[in-house]
Amino acid sequence: MERVPVLKIGDILLVSIQIDMEDQVALQLQEDLADRIVATGCHGVIIDISALDIVDSFVGRTLATIAAISKVLDAETVVVGMRPAVAITLVELGLSLPGIRTALNVELGMELLARVRVDHFDDDDEEDAGATGTPAASDS
Amino acid sequence: MTLSADEAARFAALLEEHQESLVTTWTEHVASTLRGRLSHAELQRQNSELRRGFRQALAGSAQDLAGEPAAELRAQLAELSATRARQGFTATETAVSIFSFKDAVLTTIDAASGGDAIALRDYVAFSSFVDEAALFTFDSYVRVREELIADQAEQLLELSTPVVKLWEGVVAVPLVGTLDSARAQVVMERLLQTLVDTGSPYAIIDITGVPAVDTQVAQHVLKTVVAARLMGADCIISGIRPQIAQTIVALGIEFGDIATKASLADALRYVLAKAGQTKQKRREL
Amino acid sequence: MSEQGQRIEVATDQDVVRVRQLVRTLAVAVKLSLVDQTKLVTAASELARNTLVYGGGGSVEVAPVDNGRRKGIRIVFSDQGPGIADLDLAFTDGYTSGGGLGLGLSGARRLVDEFDIVTAVGEGTTITVTKWCR
Repeated sequence: MERVPVLKIGDILLVSIQIDMEDQVALQLQEDLADRIVATGCHGVIIDISALDIVDSFVGRTLATIAAISKVLDAETVVVGMRPAVAITLVELGLSLPGIRTALNVELGMELLARVRVDHFDDDDEEDAGATGTPAASDS
Repeated sequence: MTLSADEAARFAALLEEHQESLVTTWTEHVASTLRGRLSHAELQRQNSELRRGFRQALAGSAQDLAGEPAAELRAQLAELSATRARQGFTATETAVSIFSFKDAVLTTIDAASGGDAIALRDYVAFSSFVDEAALFTFDSYVRVREELIADQAEQLLELSTPVVKLWEGVVAVPLVGTLDSARAQVVMERLLQTLVDTGSPYAIIDITGVPAVDTQVAQHVLKTVVAARLMGADCIISGIRPQIAQTIVALGIEFGDIATKASLADALRYVLAKAGQTKQKRREL
Repeated sequence: MSEQGQRIEVATDQDVVRVRQLVRTLAVAVKLSLVDQTKLVTAASELARNTLVYGGGGSVEVAPVDNGRRKGIRIVFSDQGPGIADLDLAFTDGYTSGGGLGLGLSGARRLVDEFDIVTAVGEGTTITVTKWCR
């Protein structure tokens, strides 16, 4: 079975999904990430999905679970690089990825993580200070 | 009235014998109806080819325009119609170009036979053949015009949905005109792609130029906003006119937590303020 | 189904990936727009997973179709599984019997142009979907 590599860059774990994942591979990634967060003590996870030509409900659910697990382990997750066609399809599918932060590309994702950490230490600030920092679309 | 084989053969001979005077007279007739919008040489060339087409059809015993012997002539006529349609001539001007062939032939017969009876009967038969030819150009003309209109509609769709970069990190789509489902889809895709290409985390959808908003249009705009959020960008809707605000409320459309601003300027100010806040935070870090 | 149709037996996770790839290839061949390709492949992924998870495996047939005016892709998912007892419930957003997000059936239906389902308890389920070029 193929495995999605997890790279550590500074305080961030970077995952770039380059393959059409089988469900098992996605679940494996979920486990690997949890392990690496604890092992490295990183506080940010960036998952680059710019190479994915579809995101179905299974992958969507896996991303949401990863975000939730990371949160428990005191790390923020940002999903970056979603393609327009994928976003349009997800809206039609009814999948809103609640609780997942998103950014257009890795660079903006890193900025977002930095900002979230600042908010973290600065509790007087309103919750969603950064525009791109709003949790991905809530169902309306 | 269809042409008999005899009549066709006699006419084919006539068209061959008097080719030069025929083409010259015909070209003069056409030139006068088109009032110099096509060069004389161009018309001369077209008419001489058409004359050859007519002669060939008749020599092949064409009884009417529908038959096999007239196939090449039909192709020539269709080509002529298409060219004229694209050059902006009217259907009538195009058909008259063919009708005037009759005048040219009549002039030639007059000069050649001095009005003998057989020649005249031949002429009447031939005349209806030319009428068919002229009407055929009419059909072809209309078809080509329809294709042109369809093409233009598509080009218009492309043209009418520009996505412009307004500021560093801010793109805008000024929507003008009616938003139907097909157009909304094009706008949506174009906007989202531009966000990716420019790495802009903010988009302003300005609907000042949209005359009316119904549930469907609102749905499309909302879906675009949600899709942009999924990708990590924020959309602001600007230019909501009073009537449209009333419709939105009357239809019970939920804009939820989507930022709406009265004008494009307000929206830009809002976005810049938000982006500024963000920058400030980073400096503090 | 035309003779260009292709069939994949779905018994493992890998087969679901193969279904996605086959649908993508054929969707590109009939020139579906990028967004429509994405919608169809996503729907196929959802339904093929249903066939595997709820139907206990089955088959997927993908074929190009042509109704004279437009071209498209038709996909048939069939299994001999337990069938669906309450269709209305199965199509409710958020309802799931298998621990998913409950968007599989209802979501997939929104992503295609035509959606047809035949099911009987104990006899399995056959779902036919079609997406047309615009």
